[in-house]
Amino acid sequence: MLEAFRDPKLVWLFGGVLCLLAISSVVGSILRSRQKPGVSRTTIDNLNARIRAWWKMCAIFAASILVGRIGSLILFGVISFLAMREYMTLVPTRRGDHRTLFWSFFVIMPLQYYLIGIQWYGLFAIMIPVLACIFIPPSIAMAGDTEHFLERASKIQFGIMVCVYSLSHAPALLLLKIPGFEGHDARLLLYLVIVDQMSDVLQYVWGKLIGKHKIAWRVSPNKTWEGFVGGVVSATALGTALWWATPFTPLQSAGMSLMICILGFNGGLVMSAIKRDIGIKDFGLLIEGHGGILDRIDSLCFAAPIFFHLVRYYFVP
Amino acid sequence: MSAHIHPVASLLAAIARGISGVQVQWAGCEPDERQRIYFANHTSHLDFVVLWSALPSEIRARTRPIAAKDYWHETPLRRYLAENVFRAVLLERGSLARTKNPEETHFVGRHLIEDMASALGEKNSLILFPEGTRGSGEKIGPFRSGLYHVALRRPDVELVPAYLENLNRILPKGEFLPVPMLSLLTFGKPIQVAPDEDKDLFLERAREAVSSLRRIGPA
Repeated sequence: MLEAFRDPKLVWLFGGVLCLLAISSVVGSILRSRQKPGVSRTTIDNLNARIRAWWKMCAIFAASILVGRIGSLILFGVISFLAMREYMTLVPTRRGDHRTLFWSFFVIMPLQYYLIGIQWYGLFAIMIPVLACIFIPPSIAMAGDTEHFLERASKIQFGIMVCVYSLSHAPALLLLKIPGFEGHDARLLLYLVIVDQMSDVLQYVWGKLIGKHKIAWRVSPNKTWEGFVGGVVSATALGTALWWATPFTPLQSAGMSLMICILGFNGGLVMSAIKRDIGIKDFGLLIEGHGGILDRIDSLCFAAPIFFHLVRYYFVP
Repeated sequence: MSAHIHPVASLLAAIARGISGVQVQWAGCEPDERQRIYFANHTSHLDFVVLWSALPSEIRARTRPIAAKDYWHETPLRRYLAENVFRAVLLERGSLARTKNPEETHFVGRHLIEDMASALGEKNSLILFPEGTRGSGEKIGPFRSGLYHVALRRPDVELVPAYLENLNRILPKGEFLPVPMLSLLTFGKPIQVAPDEDKDLFLERAREAVSSLRRIGPA
């Protein structure tokens, strides 16, 4: 507990995040006070609401890292739970899926995080893609409802892969024993989260400022080439500048950041496509007051596993 | 009856809220201490607890569920939950249908209505699921007549429709382990029995008042 404070580089990382938040709060309130009355305030109110949410998220994240490995595990376990809850609420399931869903929430998900806790890498890596994915279809079949059978099985498999398996690779970074980097693994997790989330934010900002040409307007009208390139380039630059907190050289850090940004973009794109497919408008009501966790972490879900394996392949002997 | 909430009831309400992640919308009225009968669609064992937990605590302390005696007397645990924990008003379900002649029907009917009216008393409110049994969630079944009779007997009590959404996916009939999806509870605009309104017309209107609060198509 509080060991993290003894790592000056971790403190610098957090300090940087706090400065960034403070600056954005100031900018947010200036924009607000300059706004002429009568002009629509929604964009600026929305921006300020986002900044407030970021303060809260950072506080929770910092607290969990200070508690140590178990804190990060619990935090990501809870995020997985909330994300899968949103996903399963949105995806039409049938009565026959009930028990499979129960298993997914209360057995498979906790087990996945438990395996990280006891550092059993071998089982952690195959638990969901092999064991759970083989378990799910027969368990649905047992309920005897064959309507849309393949679709239902795939939807649950996909949900648990994204919300639980993929995301669990973020706290699993704490398992990696990188020579010369012992005890600093929290920095790696923070690096991933900072680059990934800043890439989301910067893509949004660049898109709002100069966005014109839509990437896939059917899927997401907000994603533009300008936003994508601007966001990826600036977030990669930021990630490169953070090389000192990681086991990477500046060039390696640039490569890792670029990879995180591009995969993160793909995560957002896939989640938008799913929302279009289900017609989220109606179901969005159900998750209104719950913050849309899935929207926040979709990019992380796609970036975390690849980042984990790249680090593991190149930096863990 | 004193306004006091059993600690087990508070605990179960907290658990039900957690599991159902329920969002409450007061769309047609505001929470109010006046006497009311909340009537809703019924698909899950969680329905009552979720609806009850959505009320402010001072109102909750004076709001009792109407439940079926045959079901809630079946095991000691159920009996304890119904009678001690939630102070349910237990009624003989289907006892009207079992009567053999008009006088008996009249007598049993009066008896049921009196039970509900006396449970309302001076201060209490009730929660009623007029379908009388849990449905699959696809559509709302026909309403039984108790709502109509008690509304005539106590015209001073407000009738508040409510729609519980998605609870059939969280804890469907026949399952005892819940899946923690999210749900939505919408309270609508109070209705009244119109002067000289026919029983079936009123019940259909009440059913319509509940189903119009539905926000999402059948899942």
